[in-house]
Order: sequence, then structure tokens, then C-alpha cells
Amino acid sequence: MIVDEVKQDYIKDLIKNGKRADNRGMLDYRPISVQTGIIPNAEGSALAHIGDTKVLAGVKLDLMTPFADRPNEGVVIFNSEFSPMAHPEFEAGPPNEKSIELARVIDRGIRSADVVDIKGLSETGIEGKVLGVYIDLYVLDHNGDLTDAAGLAAMAALSTTRVPKMENNLLVRSESSGNLKLARMAMPTTFTFVNGVPLIDATNEEEVASEGMVTISTSSDGFICAGQKSGSLGLKREKLVELADIALNKGKELLRYV
Amino acid sequence: MTEKKLLGDDGKRLSGRSDVDLRPLSMSVGILKQANGSAMVEWGKNKVIAAVYGPREVFPKHQTNPHKARISFRYVMAPFCSMEEHGRAGPNRRSIEISKVLKHVFENLVLVNQFPKTSVDISTEVIQSDGGTRVAALTAASLALVDAGIPMRDLVSPVSVGKIEGRIVVDLDKDEDNFGSSDMPVGFSHRTGEIVLWQMDGMLTRDELAKGLDMAFEASKKVRELQLEALKAKYGTAEQAETG
Repeated sequence: MIVDEVKQDYIKDLIKNGKRADNRGMLDYRPISVQTGIIPNAEGSALAHIGDTKVLAGVKLDLMTPFADRPNEGVVIFNSEFSPMAHPEFEAGPPNEKSIELARVIDRGIRSADVVDIKGLSETGIEGKVLGVYIDLYVLDHNGDLTDAAGLAAMAALSTTRVPKMENNLLVRSESSGNLKLARMAMPTTFTFVNGVPLIDATNEEEVASEGMVTISTSSDGFICAGQKSGSLGLKREKLVELADIALNKGKELLRYV
Repeated sequence: MTEKKLLGDDGKRLSGRSDVDLRPLSMSVGILKQANGSAMVEWGKNKVIAAVYGPREVFPKHQTNPHKARISFRYVMAPFCSMEEHGRAGPNRRSIEISKVLKHVFENLVLVNQFPKTSVDISTEVIQSDGGTRVAALTAASLALVDAGIPMRDLVSPVSVGKIEGRIVVDLDKDEDNFGSSDMPVGFSHRTGEIVLWQMDGMLTRDELAKGLDMAFEASKKVRELQLEALKAKYGTAEQAETG
């Protein structure tokens, strides 16, 4: 938005003086809350709020034919929707590159850390059928830091996902056979660089003023499980490792809300 | 991840390479006639062509930026490029994401403020793939931009590193990427030492990340040497140039 662009100099000046527009520390999150189970028809759901950013994650399970080259594995599919209600610049239509990037970065973190036991998803007891887990990330209100909010929503939704009973080669969605088993957790931490300073949980106007972002996903057992540099930003090797150390702590901070 | 033996009994990789060896790498500049700049990179079994058009008028027009040039980047894989079945032609979700992060690399390196209201359109096609195609595409794009005479701060010299059987190694091939436990493409600008491309998946400890970045930095120096050689092969050295 043009307003955010006009504000760029103001935001950059503030950061130069060690301040943020809402008086937060550089590595502080806005207030965070998570509501789970708000879509009872979905097998799992969560609405994550970080400040006034809101991302809704819905999880549906389906029986499906496995991929030909992976007959003994279930399927996990992430998608993200930037709803036109979330921001004046979001338009209806097929996913754009930002939406695809968001879904794929969240996907990489959760897939690399083997959060969902995909081998277990193949044990349906039904010949030629495995469980598919669809995780849809709906951005409802965009005031920055969508990746972290989406990661939080996805983990909270997955950790409360129930697996329907299977009877006569069909899913009985009204009855649960227990919760989806998760081996560990994974959480993204995004650093937005404004004037060379990495900020945690940037607002939309800080993102507009920024040179770029680095997202580092970390697992609950202390591994780095996904990374993405986005935007024209360049950074030194030592800086990236320093950010990874911060992400290992910040990931745990967000996991407390799951 | 699926397990498969990727290291031989001699401790070397199945290709006979050591942990820090690159696959054979060759580059040629100016291989297409219509494009303002072009290059081809053969990196192991990968073959990637890059072409650059611009600076030229922006299309669609509303994307015109009065302050700087727009960079567009297209990375696609040909439907016949892999050892597997016939792929679908054109962009998919993976290639759209890769195109986006590769575009950002040149938003950093191209002096976009020197030619506002224009577009620099970079197109790369993977015509044969064997792991590490995005770093091959980035290498080729960098040469094609120089060939097109686009002013840049620096070349980008990329390489991937990853983890196979617990070891951090340089320049994963297809099997090492598919059956290894981590893959991390990194691109450096050696004038500043800065990372301009970074993606990773798989599980790394913090120390493995640091080691991988250092190994990528060293290996990318070799990529840069070959890039400079390929440019000199077409354009000669500064001493030979009439304009200096």
C-alpha cells in the first residue's frame, strides 16, 4: 500500500535509533494466542493470532491411492490461501508466488523433521489405500509475520487432529480412532531485516520497509529443519548462524502455545 | 527419509568424489543469437540454458517501477529432463518458488537504480537434470546477465551442500539429494562475501549448518573461477580489451 511505502523512512529511522513503532524489542513477539478445534467439521483446526495477524489452519484426512514410487507412505499436502479479505493488496485467484512460497516453507520444516509419521499413515488396513493429510493455511488478516503465524497454526492444528475410524474401507468421520501421532514439533522463526537489523515478528509496514527476510525452522529436539532467504537481502555466514541460534530458542517460545 | 548407501567402503562418494569435490563443470557464454545475453552451464549431468532480455519495456505495464528496474526470473524444467517419466511442461509450484528466490538474488546484485521503468527478464531452462539444477541455473543466469551487458555489483557463485550418511558434503547429485538427509543450496557474492541465496531442508545441527556454509563458501570460489574463465573466453581479459 502507498501509505506503508511513504512510512518506510520513518520505520527505518526508528530502527536506526534502536526502536520499533510499537515500542517492542527487536526480538519480541506481539501478543500470541491460539484457539484449536474451532472448525469441528475438520479433523484438526487452529486459529493463530500474532498481534492482529490471523492465520487459520484446517486439517482434513482422506483415504487415497499412494504415489506409485512410495506405496508404503501416506501423503501430506500443504496449501495456502491469501484471502482477499486479509489485505487490500490480496486478490482472489490462483495462488501467487508468495502464497506458494509460504506453503512450501512450512511444508519443508514439518516434512524434514518427520513431524507426521508418513509410514504410519500407510497402515490403514485397506488394500491400496493410505491416509492423506491436507493442511490448508488460510490467511485471514495480514499485519506481517505470516510465515510464523502459519507455522504456529499448522502445528497447533496437527497436534489436535483426530484420525477418523475406518470401517468397510471407508472413513467414519463422526468417530475418532485417536489423535494423529506426531513424532516431534517444528516451528518457523522469521527474521525481517530493516536497515540491516533483524527483527522478529515484523508488522506489515516493517516488512514493506525491509530488505528481505530469513526464515529458519527448528525442531523441538534442537535441529534446524528448513531455511529460506527471501527478498534482495544479502547476509554474512556468521550472521546466519547467529540467527539459527536465536531461532532455536524462539521456536521453543512459540511451541509453548501449541 | 529413505535410506540408501551413498558412501563406498573407501569412504568416498559413489561418484568417486571426496566430500569437497565438485562434479565436472563447464560453461559457455553467448550461445543464443536473439537474446541480449545467454549462457549454458553443464554441471555434472545437469544442462541448463539461460537467456536475458533487457533492459526493456515492462510487461505488464502496471509493474513499472519509477525508481528501479524490475527483475523477472523464470526457472523451468523441460518435460524430458529427468530420468523419470515425462514431466508436465511449464511452471509448477516448485519451479515458481525457485524462480522467486532466484529473482531476489539479482534484485540484490543488478544495479536496478541505474535503469528505472525497465525490466530485465531472465529465463532459464533445465534441459537435463541431475540434482542441483537451481544452482546451475543461477550460475548460467549470472553469466547471461554479464553477456547482456547488465551492470551488476558482482557475479553470484552458487553451490549446494548437504548431508549424506551423517557427513556434510559439497554439490549433491540426484541420488545424494533424494536419499541424503539434507540439502542446502547457497549462493555467494564474493566481492562482499555475502550470502544472496539460501535455502535448506533436512535436519542439521547448528554446527553442521556453520560447517556447511563454510564448505559452500570454499567450493563456490571454484565456481567463480570457472565463471570468470568462461567470460574471458568470450570477451578476453581486461588487458586485451581496447577500451580497457
